Amino acid sequence: MLDVQKIRKDFPILNREVNGKPLVYLDNAATSQTPKQVIDVIVDYYQNYNANIHRGVHFLSQEATDKYEQARQKIQKHFNAKKSHEIIFTSGTTHGINLVANGFSSILKKGDEILVSAMEHHSNIVPWQMLAERTGALLKVIPMNEEGELVMDAFHDLLGAKTKLVFCNHISNALGTINPIKEIIESAHTVGAAVLIDGAQAAPHIQADVQALDVDFYTVSAHKMCGPTGVGVLYGKEEWLNKLPPYQGGGEMIAEVTFEKTTYAELPHKFEAGTPNICGGIAFGAALDYMNSIGFQKIAAYEHELLKYATEELLSIEGLRIYGTAQEKTSVISFNIEGVHPYDIGTILDKLGIAVRTGHHCAQPIMDFYKIPGTVRASFCFYNTKEEVDALVEGVKRARNMLL
Amino acid sequence: MAIKEIQEEIVDEFSMFDDWMQRYEYMIELGKSLPLIDEQYKTEDNIIKGCQSKVWVHAELDNEKLVFTADSDAIITKGIIAILIRAFSNQKPQDIIDADTAFIDEIGLKEHLSPTRANGLVSMIKQLKLYAVAYQTQLN
Ligand SMILES: Cc1ncc(COP(=O)(O)O)c(C=O)c1O
Repeated sequence: MLDVQKIRKDFPILNREVNGKPLVYLDNAATSQTPKQVIDVIVDYYQNYNANIHRGVHFLSQEATDKYEQARQKIQKHFNAKKSHEIIFTSGTTHGINLVANGFSSILKKGDEILVSAMEHHSNIVPWQMLAERTGALLKVIPMNEEGELVMDAFHDLLGAKTKLVFCNHISNALGTINPIKEIIESAHTVGAAVLIDGAQAAPHIQADVQALDVDFYTVSAHKMCGPTGVGVLYGKEEWLNKLPPYQGGGEMIAEVTFEKTTYAELPHKFEAGTPNICGGIAFGAALDYMNSIGFQKIAAYEHELLKYATEELLSIEGLRIYGTAQEKTSVISFNIEGVHPYDIGTILDKLGIAVRTGHHCAQPIMDFYKIPGTVRASFCFYNTKEEVDALVEGVKRARNMLL
Repeated sequence: MAIKEIQEEIVDEFSMFDDWMQRYEYMIELGKSLPLIDEQYKTEDNIIKGCQSKVWVHAELDNEKLVFTADSDAIITKGIIAILIRAFSNQKPQDIIDADTAFIDEIGLKEHLSPTRANGLVSMIKQLKLYAVAYQTQLN
């Protein structure tokens, strides 16, 4: 069993007070907090070996390059990619998705079809809409049901010879649903379509094995898994990454430049134009080390307990409805109270030191599906406690009494 | 009453509360009790999109004074709107243009008027002032 009190000591921010109350941080799906083991790595980088990488002859540059490449290998190992150059450093999930969408604009033709799930984050909708506009391809939506699960029969019906790409998140940030990505990937491959899985919400909870999944692209953000903001990775199968044109031009990504012609660098540098977030990449590696030192199995088991407890307790509140009641889900609870605007609940909870997110969670199509303006979303991390769940439940009750 | 005096009156009222709970309860009361806008004006055109809570504003000139009505789908936002309307409605356009909103800070609701808060209130105040400018031009 995981020792949550010991773990909490690793996160200095959890000792903060907000509005005179101890902070109860339940907005982990937006961004997770950073343990001191990762903060130390960030400080160490700037204090001891800050230098530009891959280009210097000097000692510090070599040291920074080594650490950065070690981080890439850690990430490769964590996601079980076959090769380290299949791991492309990005600024986050959004960047990874745009990189792939941009690459496919030279591959897709008019009339080709792109399937996207009904429960996507805006960052996994807009780039495909832009791609569809540029190429004349058609965007089709895999529908979801009341529980917030994808309707797999409909998916199989949509899939056809024209389907070239399928996009879906591994876990929905607004509902917590764990999507059946293995089935999606396998089926998509039978018609020759490539699959991109948005792993932003899954990576903090589930250790994805990209080879076992046989996924073509998988993209994550470090800041949702105890790492810093502004860094993430895109995993891509080597054959796909070789097929896609570079996304941005600049230093690092070239082999040779003359004014007549530039030849591109090998993977992964072809997709890593300009000076990257060096410190961020190294700290991402440290964040993975940290999470692995606790263990993803333990994390999943503990979070499952918290989810179960919080779901039961919240449902005891009169008029409370949870959106996203899938069989398979992670520690995200989206809810509303009948007759109360989510923004009002969030405001009162904030006064009580409880951080939740309110609104459409960048997934407006889901809100339209349920015909609501938004929800209150509490999302849990392995450092949250049952006492914090109790504080949330008390807070929601209090808000309800004030607002109704 | 002049805008400044009304604002002082509101500050006085709020100084009776000793904690945030009471202030919020009062605002929620204000939000619940006031019929703020005529349904016919709750149109898409009059909506100020504040991301999370919707705010509607309507303005009318009555005897050289500008009368505002407004509403929101979130009750706390509506309570603050009630306070703002009390301070700014039924005033001469030029006075509205010249008025400031520092009193919101004094009554402990500053956080609601932060430009990055997604409740539409900042855009609402901007809209009130824009109406005042437009009607002032008309009067000139
Ligand atoms: C499912 C999902 N996809 C994509 C993103 C975007 O991630 P980032 O802002 O780090 O690029 C998020 C973050 O909120 C998310 O939850």
